[in-house]
Amino acid sequence: MHERLIARFHAVAPAVDFCSLRFVHQRSEYLCVRQNILQPVSITDDVGAMVTVMDQGGMGYAGTSDLTEAGLRRAVERALAWARYGADRSVTPFSQRTFPCPQGAYSSAVQIPWASIPLSEKIALLRTAAERLKSDERIVDWEASLWHTESEVLYVTADGGRVHQCFSYLVPMLSATANAGVETQTRTFAGRGYCRQGGLEILDHTGFHEAAPRIASEAVQLLLAPNCPSGRMDVLLAPDQMILQLHESIGHPLELDRILGDERNYAGTSFVTPEMFGTYRYGSELLNVTFDPTRPEEFASYGFDDEGQPACREYLIRNGILLRGLGGAVSQVRSGLPGVANARASSWNRPPIDRIANLNLEPGESSFTEMITAVDRGVYMQTNVSWSIDDSRNKFQFGCEWGQLIEQGKLTTVVKNPNYRGVSATFWRNLKMVGDRQTFEVLGSPYCGKGEPNQVIRVGHAAPACLFADVEVFGGE
Amino acid sequence: MQEYFYQLADELTALLHGAEVYTCTFAGEDTEFVRFNHNAIRQAGTVTQRFLSLTLIDGLRHASGTLSLAGALEVDRSRVATLLTTLRAQLPHLPDDPHLLYATEVHTSEYMGENRLPEDSTAVITAIQEAGRGLDLVGLYAAGGMYRGFANSLGQRNWFASYSYNFDWSLYHQGDKAVKNSYAGFVWDPHEFARKMETASAQLAVLARPPQTITPGRYRVYLAPAALAEILGLLSWGGFGLKDHRTKQTPLLKMVEEGICLHPAVTISENTRDGVAPNFQEEGFSKPDQVILIAAGAFRECLVSPRSAKEYGVATNGASRDEAPESLDMRAGDIPAADILRHLDKGVYINNVWYLNYSDRMACRITGMTRFATFWVEGGVIQAPLNVMRFDDTLYRMLGENLVGLTYEREFLLDPSTYGARSTSSSRVPGALVADLLFTL
Repeated sequence: MHERLIARFHAVAPAVDFCSLRFVHQRSEYLCVRQNILQPVSITDDVGAMVTVMDQGGMGYAGTSDLTEAGLRRAVERALAWARYGADRSVTPFSQRTFPCPQGAYSSAVQIPWASIPLSEKIALLRTAAERLKSDERIVDWEASLWHTESEVLYVTADGGRVHQCFSYLVPMLSATANAGVETQTRTFAGRGYCRQGGLEILDHTGFHEAAPRIASEAVQLLLAPNCPSGRMDVLLAPDQMILQLHESIGHPLELDRILGDERNYAGTSFVTPEMFGTYRYGSELLNVTFDPTRPEEFASYGFDDEGQPACREYLIRNGILLRGLGGAVSQVRSGLPGVANARASSWNRPPIDRIANLNLEPGESSFTEMITAVDRGVYMQTNVSWSIDDSRNKFQFGCEWGQLIEQGKLTTVVKNPNYRGVSATFWRNLKMVGDRQTFEVLGSPYCGKGEPNQVIRVGHAAPACLFADVEVFGGE
Repeated sequence: MQEYFYQLADELTALLHGAEVYTCTFAGEDTEFVRFNHNAIRQAGTVTQRFLSLTLIDGLRHASGTLSLAGALEVDRSRVATLLTTLRAQLPHLPDDPHLLYATEVHTSEYMGENRLPEDSTAVITAIQEAGRGLDLVGLYAAGGMYRGFANSLGQRNWFASYSYNFDWSLYHQGDKAVKNSYAGFVWDPHEFARKMETASAQLAVLARPPQTITPGRYRVYLAPAALAEILGLLSWGGFGLKDHRTKQTPLLKMVEEGICLHPAVTISENTRDGVAPNFQEEGFSKPDQVILIAAGAFRECLVSPRSAKEYGVATNGASRDEAPESLDMRAGDIPAADILRHLDKGVYINNVWYLNYSDRMACRITGMTRFATFWVEGGVIQAPLNVMRFDDTLYRMLGENLVGLTYEREFLLDPSTYGARSTSSSRVPGALVADLLFTL
């Protein structure tokens, strides 16, 4: 298949400054047991390619699911026509730079392949989890699901570059919804935060098999809980909320295409400006943030981005100082700023843009107990449920599924509807303790939306629990 | 395209065994996307995609799969046949599904939109760039054909083809101060586009005034149609579906369980007749012209997918699987839009809101940000652009006790969303004058 496709591509590739083909083949399967009933089983087999042409300064692309030679020829013609049209109309002379001619491969590390376990066993596993979720008559909805995807990406350039990457993704999910009157509360398995690369061993590593009773019990506890109190106080965020905090108020503002203005009509701009890199104090000295595509189990690990740039770990923020942005080769040239290999596309039908990939907050030295002990009055919050931030990624408000008061150094009353709000530019400066490796978790999200045309993409985030001082906290009505 | 899909459907029928039944949907598009920043092209390209989703049913067992297709029968028939074989092999491993429901009465329909788009879209792009000369224009032009189909082995065939453009753009003054606009339709009218550009350019002058910042608190506000559509869009996320109601997760639970009402001026419906979405859904059921969701402030009816219909023992009303409105319609009020500044008198004029979410779902309390052109108004006159503010308030207050009225004029907003494919959703919404809205940050 690959050799024939590459031969077809070379047969139709035009004589231009640069031409590439990005072939994507994605197979997925979704299994869900809801209220102990197997929901419709669905599989997806999505295959297509994008041709990119750069010539005379212009750039054009064409995505097609027709991979015949005639289909590729039409795609090349369209991409070439757009490149020629855009030659003197574009934001930058795209073809006036050095293009990589990459060679390499990447493959997810898989211990228990999805296909090695029969469908009936996977369904039985989900049935067992679902039955455990229905532990109380107040549980009115419950489900257990697995979403598996295998993705193969072949990137070739007309001048002989070739990168072959194979990914295996798993998204496990559990949720229980409890109700009494007009009060309804839902508890989940970290949202879909335990998404990772690998095989079914992920279920063992993340505690999927044991989690259902706790999730159901906590949903019922929330029904009976008082609302989270209001006021300024310390907040201890669990990793499954830290990843959202990190994503929204560090990840997105550091995207170079936002800083360059590309996203202003849709996803927004950034409070970060080019002159901040190298000197700006983003957070307290405890704040260390990396772009790290090298953790094998993390959701958005890869060897190369979708423009063939080799990916490596980089510090974006070190000891609280902003060093580097999240921008691929094109954005780095346009902005003159240091970036990373993160030009990524959601599939063959969308062009690469700057994306958060694996964005991690490095662990510190405080144990969970030490952080709890350090709090006189505060709230411990787990699992994001609500997220909202302004278009400059500054004024945010986030809500969690689960809250627990911290009083005089001890975890006490469970509270419902815990929310907090703040401003990115000052919030991270109040980071006063960072959890150690014992509190550190590798998580992520299958759903990060951005771009015009819109693209939803996988991101990985790893973080410890973190303690913030002087946060505006509040609850529900 | 229609002939190709129907041919595939006929061939599928011939491949069935015994009592097997299939349903399938088709989704395709040929779209030109041109993305702008600083009135220059950031990315320009074409996407040609065809997807077929097939459900194989045998008794109460069924399995589904989705394939991307080349759009050529000689290539695709073998891929579709392979998918059918794969699904057939799955069926013995699956239990009966007590909630399976698909259309068994044959309702064939056809909507063939006329392609009146310019043959050469570069003429439109050139016109956009010329109109944007000297301006900081950023946005996306998306145009082309969209195709949706349904077929089953019982002989039902449905087809929908539409050829449209959607130019969604902003003109920036500086920082986050911008005028947001859109121009969508089926025939590109240079004069209409020029008028929209002139209007937007004129609004930029107001944005050049020194911005004002207000302190958190309660303010009288006007929510322009695009802002109100965002709020209703969030409400559509789990607000109207039968499954969300029966599992007590709808943010409108208090309306259903406690009889809480919105303002009597609030009537909301799923208005398929006047929308631009196909009038058939994934299991082959036809959508009625209209489903009234909220009538005169009181909750009326849910959107019911076939699966929920079977699960909860009620009739389906042709809702899609996600039970969310696709052609949302809110009845107009009686305040002339031309008088809205006078009615607002002193407060905040909000053209757009952004990044909405529930801060207390069961109280239907919604938080979000103002965005783009938001103005401070005094004495019925726009004074200055307003720096972005966060609001956090319940729908029951916004569109209930605090709703002063709705505008007589409504805007028809075509959804510019392009996640995976171009959207066929739309909304027809008035503006809303609200006596006070809580701003918190």
